[in-house]
Parts: sequence; C-alpha cells; structure tokens
Amino acid sequence: MKKTRQPVKQRPLPGNESTLRLLWQDPMGRAGMIGIGLIIIMAVFAPWIARYDVAQMHARNRLQGPSAQFWFGTDNFGRDVFSRIVYGARVSLVVGIVAVGIAAGFGYLLGMIAGFFEGKTETVIMMVMDIIFAFPSILLALFIVAALGTSIVNTMIAIGIVNIPVFCRTVRASVKTVKSTDYIANARSIGLKRMSILFRHVTPNVMAPFTVQATLALSGAILTEASMSFLGLGIQPPNPSWGSMLSDARKYMEQAPWLVIFPALFIIITILSFNILGDALRDVLDPKLKL
Amino acid sequence: MSEPTRDKLLDVQHLQVYFPIKKGLMKRVVGHVHAVEDVSFSVHPREVFALVGESGCGKSTTGTAILRLIEPTGGKVFFEGRELNSLSEEEMRLKRRDMQFIFQNPYSSLNPRMNVWKLLSEPLRVHFNLSEAELRERVEEMLRLIGMTPDQLERYPHQFSGGQKQRISIARALITHPSFVVADEPVSALDVSIQAQILNLMMELQQEMELAMIFISHDLNVVRHISSSVGVMYLGSIMELGETEEVYRHPAHPYTQALLSAVPSHDPLHKSKHIVLEGDVPNPASPPSGCPFHTRCSRCTAECREQKPALTETAPGHFTACHHAGAPKA
Repeated sequence: MKKTRQPVKQRPLPGNESTLRLLWQDPMGRAGMIGIGLIIIMAVFAPWIARYDVAQMHARNRLQGPSAQFWFGTDNFGRDVFSRIVYGARVSLVVGIVAVGIAAGFGYLLGMIAGFFEGKTETVIMMVMDIIFAFPSILLALFIVAALGTSIVNTMIAIGIVNIPVFCRTVRASVKTVKSTDYIANARSIGLKRMSILFRHVTPNVMAPFTVQATLALSGAILTEASMSFLGLGIQPPNPSWGSMLSDARKYMEQAPWLVIFPALFIIITILSFNILGDALRDVLDPKLKL
Repeated sequence: MSEPTRDKLLDVQHLQVYFPIKKGLMKRVVGHVHAVEDVSFSVHPREVFALVGESGCGKSTTGTAILRLIEPTGGKVFFEGRELNSLSEEEMRLKRRDMQFIFQNPYSSLNPRMNVWKLLSEPLRVHFNLSEAELRERVEEMLRLIGMTPDQLERYPHQFSGGQKQRISIARALITHPSFVVADEPVSALDVSIQAQILNLMMELQQEMELAMIFISHDLNVVRHISSSVGVMYLGSIMELGETEEVYRHPAHPYTQALLSAVPSHDPLHKSKHIVLEGDVPNPASPPSGCPFHTRCSRCTAECREQKPALTETAPGHFTACHHAGAPKA
C-alpha cells in the first residue's frame, strides 16, 4: 500500500496555504495549470514561436501534410497551420478572458443584489436572467453579433452577455445559502452593519463557487467563439482563430485531415485544462477539505 | 407585570411571534404559525433565567425575538428601561454591544473562513475604537478566560473540536462585556463529556462578568444546575414561572409535573410515578382553543377547552397558567 495518495498529511498548516500552492499539489490541478500555462506561453510569445506570418501564402505548397517545413501542414491557401494555431491561441484566450470577465462582473453584481436584497428586485433580475437563459446560447450570441456587427469586440460582448445568467444564478444561490447560515445570524447578533456582513462574511464564502464557475465558463466561452467563427460570425479572415480554422477546413477534410485535427486538438487541450483546473479548484477552495 | 421597573434588566411583555404561511403562485398568506403566543417574564441583573420546553415550543424563537434577530409581531421588550422594538435599526445595532447571543451549534455559527483572531477581534472593532495593541490585549484576556492560548489565534474553526469551537463562540459573544446574553441550547450540540466543561465555563464567566442570562434548554437537570429562575414553555406560551428550586420541588402545572416525572432519578431504588402524556403536541399553525395543553391534560375540563388560563400567582413568586393548578391528585 505504498502508493496510496496521502495529500492530507503533506499539508502543514492548513487554511494558511495559498490556493495556488494547494492547486499545484493536486495532480489534476497541476495538469490543468500546465496545460493552460502552455497555451498562455504560446499566445504571449506567438511572434517568436510562429514560423511564418499567418497570412503568408505558400502557393506551391497548398494542402501539404505535416513536414519538417510545415509542422502541422498547410491549408488550401498554402498558409502554415502551426503558425495560425499559435496566433489563434491569442484570439481564443483574449475572447475567453474578456467574455468571462464581462459575464462574471455583471453576473456577480446582479446575483449579489438579487440574493442579498431579495423581494421585487430579485424577481425582476431573475426574470430578465431567465429570459436570456431561455435562448440557446449560440443563437443568442449570433443574434447579438448580427445586431452589433461582426467584430472581435462584439463577439466578446455577445459571449459575455450570454453567460451572465449562469453567474448570476450561481452567485444568487450561494448568497442565499450563506445568508441563511448561523454565522450570518451570528454576525448580525454581534452588531455588524449590513454592508460589513455582505463584504466580510458573505463575499468570501461565495467566492469559491464563483471562481469555479469562472474557470468552467472560460472553456465554454472559447468553445462558443470557435462555434461562432465556424459559422462565420466570429473572427474575420485573414486573422486566424481555432474555430474559423475548423470552419475553413470543412471542405478539405477528406484530403487534408490535419487541417481539422490540429485546431481541434488545441481546442480540446485548452478546454480540458480549464475544466480539470475548475474541478481541482473546487476541491481546494473548500475549507473543510483542507484538514 | 405592566410597568418596567428599574431593578429589572430585561422585561418581556406579551411577546408574540407569528410566522406567515404562504401558499400558491401569488404567495398569499393563508395562515400563521403561532411560534410564540404570549410570553411575559423578566430578568434581573446577574440572574440566570432558564426557558425550558420540548423542541418546537418556541423557546428559541423567544430568545431570538428578544434580541430582534427576528422581528416580533407583537408585545414589548424593555432592556434597561428602554423599549427595544421602538429603536431604529442603527440604534438596535449599537445596543447589541450590551446584549449578545450564544448560538446552539458552534459547527455552523462560526464563519469557516475567519481565524480565531478575526472572529474575536471583530466584535471589538465594531463597537470600540481600539488600537491594534489594545485589541490584542482584550482578545488575549478573553482567550485566557475561556482556557485557550494565544498560539491558537491563527487557526480556523474546522481545526478545533466541538467544545473548543463553542468556547470560541462564547468568547465572541462575551468579548464586548455585555450585561445580558441569550444562550440558545449552548451545549446540546456537544458530546455529553464536553457539556459539563462548557456549562462550568459559562457559570464561571457569568459570575465573573456579572452577566444576566437567558439560558434556553430542554435538559431539565442542566436547568436546575445553572438557573435561579425558570419558565416552562409549551406551544408558544409560558405554563409555569418561578424560582427554579420552587418550581422543581412543587410543580403546580400538570405539564411541568409530567416533564419532571420523566427525569430519571439518581437513586435506583426510588420508584417515581411516570406521568405519560398521550398524543402529540398540536400543530402551532392551528393551536387549540382555550388552554394550549388541554388536548393532552388529565385534568382537562370544559373550562379549559374554552378559556385560556392566565399566569396567576399560586405561591409567592410562583406563577402558573392552569385552571386546576396544584399538586397532582393521588
């Protein structure tokens, strides 16, 4: 029984350790962090990593398979797939982070208000959220982009808006749970002001599900961007995004499968990393598991 | 029991707490749970007053409503001669420095994300303007009183045992040096072996800090041990009220008699007659007419079904709400 995992014993003074360190000690958390780290490095150092310009066409080398010259092959215009994937990481990450930022920011605020103040405010907020929620997210995002015009900023806004209800609901639910706990009644009996209770007692206890939701939503946002680009309403050519690369590759899938395999692989790696990081984060943020 | 007098620290008059029952799509109020029907009693400075009764009788609700942690629907509560329900939210908030609440379950009443230092310094920060050094001094003094050491300040609640958690919880309530505290079954969530320790600690602190206390409990032995006066509650009303020893020796209300007969004796040869109550506690959403206890009482008469008995003095300082108060007929 030597190989049994004993994460409990390794942790010295629990509760005082940083979340990042605990995350690193968790095998799943570490895998997620490494995956995301690689994608971030790729995005940040894209000009140095990419071997060609994303728009540069090698007319004589169209639809070439993977080789020493073109690691991931070339597309129907003779553009280097590897370089396009490297630059595509920028789009995916920026879209993911900004969109989730919008969604999380508004969702958090609305969820807090709805959960803490209740009454009519809550009814109205949740009604609007339910209406947004009722639409299939892709359809709503497409509709918003169609109304605002196709650009990368509008894509981010659209994905952001679509994701607000999820955050709003998560935060509201946790606020309501936390609000009915004894320690909030305790804070009241001590004589704390309402705002102090909200910021000192409710917020820290809501952060855990919120953070987890954020990592999960990141992968969702990247996926939505890929789907929208696939449908032609996301990133506009010649700028690459993983989704638009997949979309362009559709016609050549049988002759040149690498055009599909590599962008898809990177989408999968990114989303998987975010998802397992989210799962690990949920475990790590639970104070009761830090025994 | 009409005018608040000076020697009473706390005077509760006709306290009433109803919870609305809402039903349907429009959340229409279809009825009320009569959690606390009509409760009056008073607590003197440095006195321990116990509220006993079975679960669901409204004793905890009474305690929380006195401190306005839930708003009472009727009645008046005077604290140091001031009526609490007439205070604004902000005035009430400041008043909480002098009147605190000790929660039943220390496992849930301490914020899991705050360490002991934060938990204990918070009440002081709210009510006093102290320097960090003074804060530290006050917190360490309190730690000493509850039998803990300063090296435990950095720890979080989940790293303590139930008994230690309750010590922290008590310290958090008493660190502002209140004159009055409501303790809501402070030991019932703990192991029996720990209960005595915590009770002794509370009695020491009560003496040392000259506290007046409402001690809510369903444990009759604990109540006899700790309190000087007692109120027996049933279905939201006080059935019997008086000095603890007097009530325990000469219970006049049939409900109190039944309760006390259920307490096991220390003497194995002593054969006590158990009074076994039949039936269940009525639903507090539709309480019975007349005396709340009449559905289960052996002395029930027509009068009991129609008219609710008032608390009347059956012996000096001993009040009973029963038309047929007195010792049980043999």
